[in-house]
Amino acid sequence: MPHLRSSYLTTAAVSGGLFGAGLYVSQMVDAKKVLRFLDVTAIPSGGWDPSLAFVIVPAIVIMFIAVQWSKRRTAPLFDSSFHQPEYDKVDMRLIGGAVLFGMGWGMAGICPGPAIALIAFGPENLAIFLVTMLIGSYAGSMLVPSGHERRLADAR
Amino acid sequence: MESFSPLPAAIGGSLIGLATAVLWLGNGRIAGISGIFGQLLPPAQTVVWRLVFLVALVAAAFGAARLFPGIGMGGDVPATLVEAPVALSIPTPAWLAVAGLLTGLGTKIGNGCTSGHGVCGIARLSRRSFVAVAVFFGVAMLTVAVTGVV
Repeated sequence: MPHLRSSYLTTAAVSGGLFGAGLYVSQMVDAKKVLRFLDVTAIPSGGWDPSLAFVIVPAIVIMFIAVQWSKRRTAPLFDSSFHQPEYDKVDMRLIGGAVLFGMGWGMAGICPGPAIALIAFGPENLAIFLVTMLIGSYAGSMLVPSGHERRLADAR
Repeated sequence: MESFSPLPAAIGGSLIGLATAVLWLGNGRIAGISGIFGQLLPPAQTVVWRLVFLVALVAAAFGAARLFPGIGMGGDVPATLVEAPVALSIPTPAWLAVAGLLTGLGTKIGNGCTSGHGVCGIARLSRRSFVAVAVFFGVAMLTVAVTGVV
């Protein structure tokens, strides 16, 4: 079990720590700021806040470099293989799921990362959002088979 | 553009990019928060690293707010969530419960959120992630426009 070694868990802690700091510094934890980005109706009046584009672009660039670098390796440092997502088809589940998530994100202005990071600041009603998010996720896992199962089904 | 803040955004985004790079190169895992959170429930097999990741995430957000108060929230500004749009006369807790359910269900069915698809998937040039990101950004923008939640 590589997953319980200290090197593996330390990597998870460092990654989680960088992630949490990034969510705070980037102001993704501010639901209203996120909504001011999503509110494209404010573009004509000059009230639109494009800041979030400045969050996601450097994040993608850094991860892109890491992914390119990883292609020259057979395995990550602390496990025996890279865990690539197994299912690669664009299907109605993907689109339907993205529609539902888009509605939830547009209603609350917090996606899963900021919702969890906000535990640090304890805003009112956060527990309601987190518990219902977990219930929704669990319900989804009952409804939809995992990528692994779907790939096996496609291969038959 | 009263609140445009490109510098904190770019620094924070770089930290998030480093976080995803560290987890990928170290453990070969995608740092998708909805997946890490959702798989805390059974029948997950590897709960320990996910818990460690999430606890570190919360602790670092707390620490960053103490080190750099006033950049995000939680320093000198108390953190708040949104309130339900007044015109709809829905209680805010019910509004957030529906939003939470949709977020949990949608990210599970669609296999990812802003981090898993938006950062990691785009960086991996995944076709699924390009579609998912276009759809959830588009629908979120439409939802904000229709509900007027801002």
